[in-house]
Amino acid sequence: MTAEFGSFALILAFALSLAQLGLSVGGRWRGSAALSGAGEGAATGAFICTAVAFAALMYAFVTSDFSVANVAENSHSAKPLFYKITGVWGSHEGSMLLWCLALTGYGAVLALAGGSLPARLKASAVAVQGGLGVLFLGYTVFASNPLMRVVSPPVEGHSLNPLLQDPFLAIHPPFLYSGYVGMSVVFSLALAALIEGRVDAAWARWVRPWALAAWSLLTIGIMLGSFWSYYVLGWGGWWSWDPVENASFMPWLAATALLHSATVTEKRGALAGWTVFLGLVAFTFSMLGAFLVRSGVLTSVHAFAIDPARGILLLGILGFAAGVGFVVFAWRAPSLAPGGLFAPISREGALVLNNLFLAAATVAILFGTLFPLIRQALSGDAVSVGPPYFNRTFAPLMAAVLLLLPIAPLMPWKRADLKGALQRLWVAAGLAVATAALSFALARPGQAVTALGLALGVWLIAGTLTELVERARGGGAHAGEVWRRLRQLPRGAWGMSLAHIGLGLFILGAAMETSGRVEAAKVLGLGESMDAAGYHLTLGHVGDVDGANYTAQRATLAVTRNGSAVCQAAPERRFYPASQQTTSRVTICVRGLSDLYMVLGEPRTGPAGQPAWLFRVYWNPWVRLIWLGPLLMAIGGGVSLSDRRLRFGLPRRAAAAPAAVPEPAE
Amino acid sequence: MIWRRLLAIAGAVFCLANAAADPADQLKNPAQEAHARALFREIRCVVCQSESIDESDADLAHDLRQLVRQEVAAGASDAQVKADLVGRYGEFILLKPRFSFANAALWLSPFVVVLLGAGVVFLRRRPATVETDDLTEPERARLAALTDN
Repeated sequence: MTAEFGSFALILAFALSLAQLGLSVGGRWRGSAALSGAGEGAATGAFICTAVAFAALMYAFVTSDFSVANVAENSHSAKPLFYKITGVWGSHEGSMLLWCLALTGYGAVLALAGGSLPARLKASAVAVQGGLGVLFLGYTVFASNPLMRVVSPPVEGHSLNPLLQDPFLAIHPPFLYSGYVGMSVVFSLALAALIEGRVDAAWARWVRPWALAAWSLLTIGIMLGSFWSYYVLGWGGWWSWDPVENASFMPWLAATALLHSATVTEKRGALAGWTVFLGLVAFTFSMLGAFLVRSGVLTSVHAFAIDPARGILLLGILGFAAGVGFVVFAWRAPSLAPGGLFAPISREGALVLNNLFLAAATVAILFGTLFPLIRQALSGDAVSVGPPYFNRTFAPLMAAVLLLLPIAPLMPWKRADLKGALQRLWVAAGLAVATAALSFALARPGQAVTALGLALGVWLIAGTLTELVERARGGGAHAGEVWRRLRQLPRGAWGMSLAHIGLGLFILGAAMETSGRVEAAKVLGLGESMDAAGYHLTLGHVGDVDGANYTAQRATLAVTRNGSAVCQAAPERRFYPASQQTTSRVTICVRGLSDLYMVLGEPRTGPAGQPAWLFRVYWNPWVRLIWLGPLLMAIGGGVSLSDRRLRFGLPRRAAAAPAAVPEPAE
Repeated sequence: MIWRRLLAIAGAVFCLANAAADPADQLKNPAQEAHARALFREIRCVVCQSESIDESDADLAHDLRQLVRQEVAAGASDAQVKADLVGRYGEFILLKPRFSFANAALWLSPFVVVLLGAGVVFLRRRPATVETDDLTEPERARLAALTDN
């Protein structure tokens, strides 16, 4: 009964989205507050109904109701409760329902909390959001209803892919999806602004909290996904330029560019057209990601819930929504008022360069991801585009962005003195050069890429700290005064600095891990030992373990360094009978920022016929920075989001008197 | 397409990753082994889902690794090894697409975007002289009058 109730709620949510679209269009057209208000009510109702449908599906999973097709295919009564719950979004249908939940949720927040928006803009934005709801809820109701019953319910479910039974993987889709779908509000506001024909500083300020929230959530989602592949796929890689990874990275890059270009629009009124364009692009990439991931059109290690036939429908939705967006853009953008003027050497100029390189880097990923499809379609040739391509195109373009990064915040708006900005960065530049020299000559002799990576990381962190101190010091205040002023800096400034430092930490980690990784493999019998990166591992015992829904072999290794015990490792090799799959459970000894990563391989026979096992051990220096960095970036986004000036309500005053209060440079 | 069918099979067999470091298979000469490992990263495990033969545990990946190791040990150049593989499996096996006419769009597009973007920024730049600090004569006179008071 619950499933039928959920299905009904889902259909009701679809109908309410239609009402949201119609009423808001009417409200905007007739200038009627009553109609617009009804549209907002419909938006809230659509969210409540989607939430009810989602809860119904969750109930079916928790109670292992195998008469629901989706539960029968993706769950198993022996599965732990946590994975029954997260199994809700483990399938194609469930993940699309999660997408709809996020979409209507954002729509409801826009309707309820967007009180400071001008009535017409708000009505248009709610209408566009409703239109997106119609498309995606329509897809869910008519093509991918997760609450459908089966005629003859099976006694037991088909279980979930064992690789997906992992806490990090289980919790990362909600982050990823709220990030992806958060861009829908930016899309709606962009389209609404084009319809209203007005993109100004106030608009950029309204967009910023949405973009910031979505960007921060997406950052966390990508980070969790990367961490999952690091310790589940069993070879210690954290990013492999896989199509699914690229699909999540493209909206992130577009959102990053958007955050920077929106700052220019907010402070100076310039780049309005470009900012709107990025707003449309960001959500288009989100939809492209959903299509690529869910259609199986590209093969990927992460593609689990794919369905080519419905992929075409998703492509249609993507084409329609993006098509409408870009047609309206092409039609209306030329009529947007030009913004403030600026000299090429200015903060605006630096941010334009930032956007230029970010856009080019995004194009590299877009082309790299889609090129096999394009060539297949054009000439029928099958080609692959793998990590070597991305390392050669994306990396240099991003290096250019990173090189510019610390300079931009030190440059004033409108017109800047490049020499002056560079002079203030001499300490940071000196530190970066010294790091490069040290790394190249001593730590990792002859590895130019490592030296460059480490230098860039130091340059980012030192440069960002320089900017913070410079800003607080002003004309040369003493230490106590600097501290007082630092504490009084706007949260937005702190957020930016945290995010930039996080990026620097990430670069340091990526550079160290990529070049400094040590790998060792050996076949060990009981009592035998191996060495890796200064650690000594002795195999103590191998035994069988019974898990809730798997059986495993577990090896116990004693890890020592210079004779003193470091940790006890217990890597496992698990077999899931329900799906006939073998996976490995790695053990990681965390040593500060670095990891000793241990994998139990297949059983072998030792030289004397005794049982032995293949062990693979990796030493991953500074690898923790690869996730701590993005975490700090997301925290920076959150801090910036908590800035008083971004809270709802305040933008109204800013809009009434846009130039009344000169903003401190930020 | 044969590889499509292969990929469908691969969907069922999940490749437990990275057997490239298996000591039983490694070449005796560490320099050659390192060279072979570098090549592995540029060669696709054609039955896996977007993995190089360096990462994959599939039987085919193992066979390809042994093939590459043999060729490297026999002193073949990178180009020869890759040409052999392309002869057998087609360009699909290369994770780094060749710099060819057919791939020009792929390799050049990011850099064309930079150039085009720079061109657009340059052309659309409005004359900076519009914004001037100089006062006109009447303004100067008014300012003088105001400051005198």
